[in-house]
Amino acid sequence: MNPTDFSTVLPEITLALVTMAALLGVVYTGKDALASALNWAMAGLFLVLAFWIGVGGGGERTAFDGMFTDDPFARFAKVTILLSAAAVLVISHDFMTRRNMLRFEYPILVALSVLGMMFMVSAGDLIALYMGLELQSLALYVVASFRRDSVKSSEAGLKYFVLGSLSSGILLYGASLTYGYAGTTDFDGILATLGQGDVPVGLLFGLVMMITGLAFKVSAVPFHMWTPDVYEGSPTPVTAFFATAPKVAAMALLARLMYDAFGAIPGQWGQVIAVLSVASMFVGAIAAIGQRDIKRLMAYSSISHMGFALIGLASGTVGGVQAMLIYMAIYVTMNIGTFAFILSMERDGHAVTTIDSLNMLSKKAPLPALAMLVLLFSLAGVPPMVGFFGKFYVLQAAVSGQMAWLAIAGAVASVIGAFYYLRIVFYMYFGKEGEGIDGRMGAVQWAALMGSALIMVLGVINLFGVESIALTAAETLVR
Amino acid sequence: MATIILFAPLIGALICGFGWRVIGEFAGQVITTGLVLLAAFLSWIIFLGHIDETQHIVVLRWIESGSLSTEWGIRLDRLTAIMLVVITSVSALVHLYSFGYMAHDDNWTHHEHYKARFFAYLSFFTFAMLMLVTADNLVQMFFGWEGVGVASYLLIGFYYRKPSANAAAIKAFVVNRVGDFGFALGIFALFFLTDSIRMDDVFAAGPMLAETNLHFLWTEWNAANLIAVLLFIGAMGKSAQLFLHTWLPDAMEGPTPVSALIHAATMVTAGVFLVCRMSPIMEYAPQALAFVTVLGALTAFVAATIGLVQNDIKRVIAYSTMSQLGYMFVAAGVGAYPVAMFHLFTHAFFKAMLFLGAGSVIHAMHHEQDMRNYGGLRKKIPMTFAAMMVGTLAITGVGIPLTHIGFAGFLSKDAVIESAYVGSHFAFWMLVVAALMTSFYSWRLMFMTFYGKPRGDHHAHDHAHESPKVMLIPLGVLALGAVFSGMVWYNSFFGDLDKIHSWFGMEVAQHEAEGAGHGAATEGHAATEATAEAATATEGHAAMAHGTAPKGAIFFGPDNHTIHSAHEVPKWVKVSPFFAMLIGFALAWKFYIQSPELPGKLAAQQRPLYLFLLNKWYFDELYDLIFVRPAKWLGAFLWKRGDGNVIDGSINGVAMGIIPMLTRLAGRVQSGYIFHYAFAMVLGIVALVTWMTLSGGAH
Repeated sequence: MNPTDFSTVLPEITLALVTMAALLGVVYTGKDALASALNWAMAGLFLVLAFWIGVGGGGERTAFDGMFTDDPFARFAKVTILLSAAAVLVISHDFMTRRNMLRFEYPILVALSVLGMMFMVSAGDLIALYMGLELQSLALYVVASFRRDSVKSSEAGLKYFVLGSLSSGILLYGASLTYGYAGTTDFDGILATLGQGDVPVGLLFGLVMMITGLAFKVSAVPFHMWTPDVYEGSPTPVTAFFATAPKVAAMALLARLMYDAFGAIPGQWGQVIAVLSVASMFVGAIAAIGQRDIKRLMAYSSISHMGFALIGLASGTVGGVQAMLIYMAIYVTMNIGTFAFILSMERDGHAVTTIDSLNMLSKKAPLPALAMLVLLFSLAGVPPMVGFFGKFYVLQAAVSGQMAWLAIAGAVASVIGAFYYLRIVFYMYFGKEGEGIDGRMGAVQWAALMGSALIMVLGVINLFGVESIALTAAETLVR
Repeated sequence: MATIILFAPLIGALICGFGWRVIGEFAGQVITTGLVLLAAFLSWIIFLGHIDETQHIVVLRWIESGSLSTEWGIRLDRLTAIMLVVITSVSALVHLYSFGYMAHDDNWTHHEHYKARFFAYLSFFTFAMLMLVTADNLVQMFFGWEGVGVASYLLIGFYYRKPSANAAAIKAFVVNRVGDFGFALGIFALFFLTDSIRMDDVFAAGPMLAETNLHFLWTEWNAANLIAVLLFIGAMGKSAQLFLHTWLPDAMEGPTPVSALIHAATMVTAGVFLVCRMSPIMEYAPQALAFVTVLGALTAFVAATIGLVQNDIKRVIAYSTMSQLGYMFVAAGVGAYPVAMFHLFTHAFFKAMLFLGAGSVIHAMHHEQDMRNYGGLRKKIPMTFAAMMVGTLAITGVGIPLTHIGFAGFLSKDAVIESAYVGSHFAFWMLVVAALMTSFYSWRLMFMTFYGKPRGDHHAHDHAHESPKVMLIPLGVLALGAVFSGMVWYNSFFGDLDKIHSWFGMEVAQHEAEGAGHGAATEGHAATEATAEAATATEGHAAMAHGTAPKGAIFFGPDNHTIHSAHEVPKWVKVSPFFAMLIGFALAWKFYIQSPELPGKLAAQQRPLYLFLLNKWYFDELYDLIFVRPAKWLGAFLWKRGDGNVIDGSINGVAMGIIPMLTRLAGRVQSGYIFHYAFAMVLGIVALVTWMTLSGGAH
């Protein structure tokens, strides 16, 4: 390790050291008594790192002989990941303490998985890719079953672990096939091999397998089956986390792998991703209609949204990647707000997650109901909410990428999907009187909900400048 | 000044229409009327002043797109000035008249507010009409054209609780739409060929258009003729010419002041104005002009025949309007544009007066409109009777033959007929016969209403009362116009060629060459004629070579000597309308004063003919059969089968049948068993790898 490498990965190293130090320190001192403080400290650290990465040095640097890449694209993804992870930690604090669930391991595991994600999005080599992915996944398997005494939570963790291992296996198999045919694990090397002419079928097999492995992480159909069960079974804060940061990381990793390693044959992977995208949009939209549990519903919602984000990737253009990044940023923001609300849903002190419990919420809590209305409209892609622009950008990218059929499919799927979002709005405003949720929202959750809703409305002005940042990020990836 | 004239009514309409809740209905009425009066006053200043150059006043830029550049501008020349005076004067008087007429309307309950709405619509109409006549480009003109259409729709349907009024409003709008389509096509064609819609550019292109061919529908057309005909189709709709006329009689469902303003004096004359305004194009489209002439003559004749037997007082006047519009088009068609404008000008006064007078009668008779229930009213409402008498004398054309002394209609109608004799004998005879019938039905109206014994409900007759002053003053003012407007402006419009040229701001030099050429021709020296004609022609082409629009408000082609020749028609032609008028009067007197049982007998004897006329030549029935029913059938088909069954059916089928089924399926697949999930993943990989092998790997 030379000093340049060290400075390039300094944020990651900082996070790793702090996390390990915190683990040791807390274990030997206050244990769970310090969990709350640790939670806030980690959130604060994420924010600092996000600020550091976001404001810090521009340009592109690589470290460890190309295994680690630091470029605008990676930075965009990292900032999004860190901010959303911090937000999740913050909004889940209230929920965890009230149910006496807050353990000191929780922030540490989240930090470790974030560390994995940061490596993922910076990966420049198949080995680095796998290392980041596994670091992330292992931490996530544990947080999924975080509530050991709950059967559902354990089941969720176990399902996630088994299926995740399967997908990791497939990914590894694909990676080894790629290595076998390309002779290198380096992304640049693979790209160089592909540039030489005929693409060996074995390499294509490797490509498909690796796409499959990553499709599992972004829960694209037909590798999505774990999502509803895990989302439902995990504790709600964990679900909120699953729905945000890991999705961004996996999507960014997919994009990086496709462009950095397989950028020479966009036609090949473009069609595979397009098919996954269409299947995700439709299955997500159609299956969500049958859901009565809002966490399961959000699982299908995220499946559908990943389908939309994949449109951007499939179109194979700079505009497409830009659209994907914008879409992910918007998606994460919407989900933070929505989960902040879901975390506050309780009746008689118990958390409830059925959508029936939202009946006539507008009478009991007009302001949160209004914020939810904005968020749901935004999720459904109703103009003029920001969510519409996310969809608009990806559809536009599909059209300009000669994939008009994909755009049409997206539009149809979004119409189908609008149904279940609007049904919740219907319950909130025109539903029948009944036992609804009671209890008050925590101040932090309230702020997150309102902030998110406000962003969905105010963002229409210029999307807070995300557009140009995403464009810079996309340009470094697509060359 | 022109800007104030243009926008004063709009401001009035906005204040009254949106602000009457704040300022009150009466204040709204006063403001609209005051602003239109102001516009009228300023219009007369412009009209009486000297206009030698066409003025272009740019108000705002409007549309800039590619080579299309449109402004909100005012084109101020003699034609505009004439229309300004007509529109603002009649509008101001109608506003004033409406104070009385609309004061207590039985169609509304006591506490309903309708007056402010009425006045706002009237002012809005005035604005739109002014926009039409001041337009400096065709798109702006089209804006005004549609604006008056909207105002007309709103005002015909003013009594929106009456189904007949709604039907009439829709009919007027739809029939006009047919004409507007032609107008729009004409504008498109002009833009296509000249790449501009500015009047000056379009006018300058007249000779070019005459030598251009344009492919339209199935064949090649001469561009000038095609454009002229398309524009004229627009004019036909607005001016209720034959085949597109059916809306005008029905439009009488609107309140009577509306009929006077829109359906007599102003909007319906927009078509005539359009043809005159487009004279630099029309002059290069001889076939189109012939078409205009024939259609105008037929309209004048057909409308007059229908007018003979109608019993509704307003419908009689409506058909009379249609007939007089036919006269105007004949004048324009034979190339005597100033004469067309002359008749438009005088007609506005006496026809508005007839309508307002009829309104006064209706007002007196408690909204009874059937003339069979009138009779002997001249003693009850003497002022109205006097006004109607003046109007009738004017429309029938009473004056001293072979002099220039007479009522307004005498001078202008004779001018039209004399011009028609020059241009087309067919049109001439049609118009003379129509003049006879005009005289007959006008006097019939007078006799049935004011003479004889009271008929119908005696209660209504007992309570018949003279209208208030606010309704009589406009009648008086219009009477002045009906008497004097012909004599005062005779020379400017028709009598003196030099005066016409200077009045309309045209090149006098060109006229002199023309006059000389023509003078020579009449002397019979063929050689001289040829030279003179050639000289004029060169001059015309020289103007063209510079690409400038012809100077002045109206353009005469080098071969157009209609007005000059019209002065030299035989004496019998000049007196023929006068005798036609006398015969008509005598017949009416015979039928309705001397032996009132005669009409009934004649109707019984000639029953088929009577019914044919009474049912307006069965135009409505015919259109119903040819257009309305198939359209309704098609609409019903597309609605019930196309929209209802196919579109709604498929959407509902997908949304309520297929999607829930898929949702259930998705729920079932999500079994919760981990091996099912793993199996799905494996299946997915197999499918993708197979696909990749078959498609991607091959190349």
